[in-house]
Amino acid sequence: MVLYSTLEMLLMKSGHASGNIVLIMIAALAVAGQIASAADIIGIITLTGAPPAEKEITPLMENPDCAKMHATTPTTHFYVVGAKGELADVVVSLKGVTGKSTGASQPPAVLDQKGCLYTPQILAIQTGQKLIVKNSDPCLHNVHTTPTAPGNPESNQGQGPGAPDLTFTYTQPEMFLRFKCDVHPWMFAWVSVFDSPYFCVSGLDGKFVIKNVPPGKYTVEAAHRKLGTQTQDVEVKNGDVTVNFTFAAK
Amino acid sequence: MKANAVSKSNPWLYWFAALTALATLALIGIGGLVTSHEAGMSVPDWPTTYGYNMFLFPINKWLGGIFYEHSHRLLASLVGLMTTILAVWLWLKDSRTWMAWLGVAAFLLVVAQGVLGGLRVTLHMDSLGIYHATIAQLFFVLTCAIALFTSRWWNELERRPPARREEISAGKQAVPEAGAPLRKLVLFTTVLIFIQLIIAAAMRHQHAGLAISDFPLAHGRLWPDMSAEAIASYNTQRVSINAENPITAFQIELQMAHRVVALAISILIAGCVWQARRRLGGKDAQTKLALAWFALILFQVGLGAATIWTNKAADVATAHVLVGALALAVGALWCAIAYRETVAAVCDRGTEQRRSPSAATIAAQPAMTGNK
Repeated sequence: MVLYSTLEMLLMKSGHASGNIVLIMIAALAVAGQIASAADIIGIITLTGAPPAEKEITPLMENPDCAKMHATTPTTHFYVVGAKGELADVVVSLKGVTGKSTGASQPPAVLDQKGCLYTPQILAIQTGQKLIVKNSDPCLHNVHTTPTAPGNPESNQGQGPGAPDLTFTYTQPEMFLRFKCDVHPWMFAWVSVFDSPYFCVSGLDGKFVIKNVPPGKYTVEAAHRKLGTQTQDVEVKNGDVTVNFTFAAK
Repeated sequence: MKANAVSKSNPWLYWFAALTALATLALIGIGGLVTSHEAGMSVPDWPTTYGYNMFLFPINKWLGGIFYEHSHRLLASLVGLMTTILAVWLWLKDSRTWMAWLGVAAFLLVVAQGVLGGLRVTLHMDSLGIYHATIAQLFFVLTCAIALFTSRWWNELERRPPARREEISAGKQAVPEAGAPLRKLVLFTTVLIFIQLIIAAAMRHQHAGLAISDFPLAHGRLWPDMSAEAIASYNTQRVSINAENPITAFQIELQMAHRVVALAISILIAGCVWQARRRLGGKDAQTKLALAWFALILFQVGLGAATIWTNKAADVATAHVLVGALALAVGALWCAIAYRETVAAVCDRGTEQRRSPSAATIAAQPAMTGNK
């Protein structure tokens, strides 16, 4: 308010053309100031304790179409853990931040069916953002989504080899919306949908970055498909904020 | 117009009805495999199959889950056709009005069941699977009953020889009224088995795998911890190949209910054996049926345990479904037989009291005065 009052006074004192220049300069300064004050929330997620052993996906190797794409029997990967306990595939977001989606203007996210497995298995997108599902396999899959949030419709579509990509868009936020193939029931992926751009999925090094968070107080939520959810309160002022999470395999 | 006549035995009709019942059992088996392999939605369209006419779907595309789902649809079509033929046959050839209507009921039920199966696919409703599985059991019982009612054995029961009545009078055979408690016990047990099958269908159609992964204990205890922390821990420890839903306290309660009811059914059937031996004697056909029922239920309990110990292996779980269907059918048919014997005895006594006939006169009369 103060900024705009000053601006009005300047415009009144100066001529019309010079007033426009002043307006542009001040607006640019304001935008630059906002960018400068936005910060990243960064951190690392670790797992303590030994997670349950992953299982070999033996039915995959019993399927001739799928087996020929693998030299060894692939395993499930619910717990993607590094040597020092770095935990991947944790969905980190700002809890309760809604109505800020920029999904419609974002590039599409991609989910691929490759080697009779979904890649990646954990993915996060915004409401209104396109999600493209590819079939890179030489065999038929059915892409069966089982959302639970009202307003996100369930769908089930066949996608043969070389078939056009399927496109999905969701209007409601939802955690771990399941994509599955019933032809090959070991194939599944979970897509989390957020109503803001403030989320990410931890990498193989356990690190995560939520970029360009405006100043304010937030609750950061870290959700793992198997290990549950943890939250921590943070305040973004000037500069990046670090927040780490530690999950325990009980 | 048909009367409530005693039918003449028609072996061709009987064998066709028996074949329909057998095909229905096979259909339940393949349906069980569909659910066990989580393949219920592997064909997204219905009544077409990936856009093909169901009967022209190329066999080289019957892969993975499609094999089970498509086989289920084809066998369901066959059972539908057989049931239609059976209904028409009963309508045209069976002299008993109630049998003709039983055929109509079977036809309507199989049509409803087919539509329900299709809607489960097109509406994406898992819950419809529970109704689909339950109606399948009822339909199987109905086809078995039709086979029983068209059998020569049943026909002879309807025309029960007087010798049996003389034996009853002479104390060589049990008086049917004496079997009333047994009859009620069999009926109650059968109803409980049906409830157990509904619980089982609800468990299987949660698509959550095994809510309890150990037996005879449950998550290491006699009664499992169902606190939120415990449920979270169970889900953390559970690694499954398939995309199963996380387990919930409700699903654990459901499986515990299944175990408790299984125990109750086992005790009740043991009670049926004891009652049958006491009231009808060891050599009576119903006592032998009770023993067979008990053996079946013990086998079923073993299969239930094996389902857990094999982490719900598809073939074991499906065998559990099949034996469950057989246990229900045995109970239901025994109910029909016991009821039939009671009606016959009551009617016989009524006839005797009215006419005070000689044994020879009784011999000339059909067992059911309501029939002609």
